[in-house]
Amino acid sequence: MEPKIDWPRNDYSRVPFWLHHDEGIYELEMERIFRGPAWSYLCLEAEIPNPGDFRTVWVGDTPVVVSRNKDSAIHAFVNRCSHRGAMIVRELRGNAERHVCLYHRWCYSGAGELTGLPFRKGLKGEGGMPQDFDMKAQSPRKMKLGNCHGMLFGTFSDRAEPLESYLGEFGTGIIQRFLSKPIRILGYSRQRIAGNWKLYAENLRDTYHASLLHEFFVTYGVDRATQKGGVKMDARHRHNMNHAYAATDTQDEAKAAYADTAARLDRMQLRDKKLLEYKNEYPDGMNLAAPTFFPNALLIQINNTIGTRQIRPKGVDAHEVFQTLFAYADDDEAMVRHRLISANLVGPAGFVSMEDGEAIEVIQRATRSERQASAVIEMGGRGELRDLAHRVTETPIRGFWSYWAELMGVEPTNAIR
Amino acid sequence: MKVPTQVRETLGDLMAEYALSIDENRLEDWVELFDEGCDYRVVTRENVEQGLPNVLMWCDNKNMLRDRVESYRHVNLYNPHYDRHVLGPLRFTDKKGPAWCFDAPYSLFQTELEGASRLFSVGRYRVEAIVEGDSARLQSVTVIADTGLIPSLLATPI
Repeated sequence: MEPKIDWPRNDYSRVPFWLHHDEGIYELEMERIFRGPAWSYLCLEAEIPNPGDFRTVWVGDTPVVVSRNKDSAIHAFVNRCSHRGAMIVRELRGNAERHVCLYHRWCYSGAGELTGLPFRKGLKGEGGMPQDFDMKAQSPRKMKLGNCHGMLFGTFSDRAEPLESYLGEFGTGIIQRFLSKPIRILGYSRQRIAGNWKLYAENLRDTYHASLLHEFFVTYGVDRATQKGGVKMDARHRHNMNHAYAATDTQDEAKAAYADTAARLDRMQLRDKKLLEYKNEYPDGMNLAAPTFFPNALLIQINNTIGTRQIRPKGVDAHEVFQTLFAYADDDEAMVRHRLISANLVGPAGFVSMEDGEAIEVIQRATRSERQASAVIEMGGRGELRDLAHRVTETPIRGFWSYWAELMGVEPTNAIR
Repeated sequence: MKVPTQVRETLGDLMAEYALSIDENRLEDWVELFDEGCDYRVVTRENVEQGLPNVLMWCDNKNMLRDRVESYRHVNLYNPHYDRHVLGPLRFTDKKGPAWCFDAPYSLFQTELEGASRLFSVGRYRVEAIVEGDSARLQSVTVIADTGLIPSLLATPI
């Protein structure tokens, strides 16, 4: 059934809270976004360097195997046996020439083709599959795969535009910035937040909250709205990047700007300042960059911590944030150590990220039974969606909703895009 | 491994105070259980088993621990809750110079303000500690959490 959404405004400056609680909306998101023409982030090519390497991931709530075949080509297919629906690969990662379902031992190649099944011809002329059983037609659903500088994306839809145009110059350029040389995986973190996945997608597009919710940023001068920086979006306003340039404001500017908040700009100092050391390693001089790709991906740089995040919806009221941190392959030991010390800033226990989990959970809790009210999204202006060379904005949230509504087929009359 | 009874008792008491100081929100006391040159980190079993060095938290000296605690007190915002650690027996594994090495399993429950409790984390500690007379101090604590999927967020230490 088509959902009926009474958008209060056509520019998504009001978003009804019930969209975070409705089971029907959630199912439709899985169908029209995650199994639709969006490109979802899967994993990094560096995680499956050798023939036979595989990882299991989630696209929306569909389990997916990403694997490098014997011929080195990378494939992604639904991790579900065509026979009775059991998960084929139950490990997180590994190396295998073929994958065998545990239930009836149906066998799949690294490319996700059904290649064999026991007793197909029966035993002693009895039983077995019908003679016209077509194994080829029974392979699990495959994803179309895209590789942007080693960041792997997949889509289930034949209608999806090419990955390059989906990401746009904006996206391909910024991914290249992060992945311009070989990387080395440092590891993973996972966090389960009891809130709808879109609240996390919004959070990543909201530069307004960063220096307010995450007071650590301001107190210790990692990131303040007074620094030079801004918000960029792709032409369709579905992806965005919050960014800031290191050391481009003064203590006095910051003090004046944060005078009416509870920020403690003078009173506190870290005893061990190496936590906030920043070794500039990119020509653009940004110390904070957080490009977000619709629907489920984030690349993150906070000082010298770099990585990706993948949003994994887990039902209407929960999602997992799966974070992968990496170093560059040519980093020396001291640099790797520095990146790991900087990792104190991010992740489930991060000095500048732990608050997000709490902010999202208290929204989910407080809006559960609300069918009428909407969120107010006007910081940075109403109407047209545009890039801003300042950081007091939440416009990219409206961009997210405009593309969400387009894919869901629920745009308001005269919707902006 | 043969360990003098007094050492066992002293380190057992040290770990009891470790757990209770967090549970009673005496984080400053918790910091004081560590050596100046200590190492405290929280890692997950998923990373350890893959040989990956990633950390959820890493303080490589006592000042970083002090900074963490001060930040919790004045800067960071997190889910209001009570902690409750339940520790298992210490299993001694080695002696490196003056330091006793042992493992201990833990469960950590969190209770929110309205009284609902949940299992927040389960795993084990790998500890190196020094005993001098009746007192002991921690040189190194690595929390290896089986619970790699952190519920909500991780603020107060494990």
